[in-house]
Amino acid sequence: MFIQIKNLTKSFNKYLAVNNINFNIEKNNTVGLLGPNGCGKTTTIGMILGLVTPSKGEIIIENKNINEISRDKILKRFNFASPYVELPKKLTVKQNLEIYGRLYGIENLNNRIHEISEDLDIKKFFTRKTGELSSGQKNRVSLAKSLINKPEILLLDEPTASLDPDIGDFIRSYIQDYKSKNKITILLASHNMNEVVRLCDSVIMMRQGKIIDSGTCEGLIKKHGRNNLEETFLKLARSKDEF
Amino acid sequence: MNFNKIYALGLRHLYLIINSFPRVLDLIYWPTVQIFLWGFISKFFTLNSEYYNNTIGIILTAAILYDFLFRASISFNMMFLEEIWSRNFTNLFIAPIKIREIIAALTFTAILRTLIGLVPAVLIAIPLFGVSVLNLGVPLIFLLLSLYLFGITLGLLVTSGLLRYGPSFENIAWASLFFLAPLGCIYYPIEILPYALQIIAKALPLVHIFEEMRNILMTENVNYLNIFKSIGISLIYFVFGIIVFYASYFGAKKRGTLINMGE
Repeated sequence: MFIQIKNLTKSFNKYLAVNNINFNIEKNNTVGLLGPNGCGKTTTIGMILGLVTPSKGEIIIENKNINEISRDKILKRFNFASPYVELPKKLTVKQNLEIYGRLYGIENLNNRIHEISEDLDIKKFFTRKTGELSSGQKNRVSLAKSLINKPEILLLDEPTASLDPDIGDFIRSYIQDYKSKNKITILLASHNMNEVVRLCDSVIMMRQGKIIDSGTCEGLIKKHGRNNLEETFLKLARSKDEF
Repeated sequence: MNFNKIYALGLRHLYLIINSFPRVLDLIYWPTVQIFLWGFISKFFTLNSEYYNNTIGIILTAAILYDFLFRASISFNMMFLEEIWSRNFTNLFIAPIKIREIIAALTFTAILRTLIGLVPAVLIAIPLFGVSVLNLGVPLIFLLLSLYLFGITLGLLVTSGLLRYGPSFENIAWASLFFLAPLGCIYYPIEILPYALQIIAKALPLVHIFEEMRNILMTENVNYLNIFKSIGISLIYFVFGIIVFYASYFGAKKRGTLINMGE
């Protein structure tokens, strides 16, 4: 197993944000992390990225606990994109990519910037300040930054939130295409069920810090007797059942 | 330490400066105003005070050195605050850069910001008031080193507060140096302070730096023991600042504040 999450728990004072979750991600798979707001998705991603210290539990990558690997070595293999995290607004797109390329120690950086910019069609606003771009353009630049190091593990937090359908579709198609051409494991937190169906090999449903179900999209829809993933999500999110 | 990463982070702040003319202007404006203000005060005291008789420029030199300390500390704080204001905090802390490399990058880049602001002001003081900090000679290098270490330490302590309490700690960033200034004996000898405060003041490097600066300008003798004492004290505070910064970083990870640090 590529990534193993074992008994992961995070409490903030008395509030239990993530409650003893366990899941595995196989190499080169895309796993969706679903659940209502405040269910613990972002905290889980934060713990995997090393931004939040777990109260209990382990994060294991290729049979090694990430605590045993040095911070810079493990983070070199990761990257992350979220519309809620921005790049320095006063720097141009090219300057931002150059700085993050250098921070990730990319060789032939100019080639890599050229390549990723062509792919994501961001070259035309290369010299513009990132803060001056539209949401869709910022999103593409943020995705370019998250792929600059060709990460083995990519964490995406609502990558198409607040985008118009056209740009949203562009991003989804790009991720789909990138996945098919590169070896990459993705953990995707999203509220867009069509996106999850399109991109994910399997999904994990969370509620109140716990995993309440997991499986393939088709498997979950069938198991809960619903017509699509959105209905399944609503059933699980609104369920009063204890789990 | 990976110097490419330190350089990359420094470059991020350099780009920020060169991308914006108002930013450069802002860096130069305040030190220049300070020099003008203290230049005239210095001239007045030189002409009307027995204590400063025949020692032109002591106050102005003190003002320049204090501004160097102030700019170093504020530069360090500002660069850290820039990451919070631009909501780039998460990106920075998930990049494969060690915490000590972040500290090193901020420390080295702060000197650049400080010099951009201060060098024009220092140059203006020479023809306008006939005062040059270079009159301090070789000891100036050591005095600046001590001031810089202490300025960075204050920056480290304030940024630790930002990590611990979030952006609401920002106001403390601006107030931190004014709090210590009365004890620093920047413009007056230590004997002016009440005895109890003298004891506290001696535990700060500032007193030793500014006392020695006055000694050099008034007697033209250098007491290197005083200078190295100030560097030693600054180093102790610097190490303490680094420890506090690390403690705040691990505390922030525990509290989960790194993930949503922003405006």
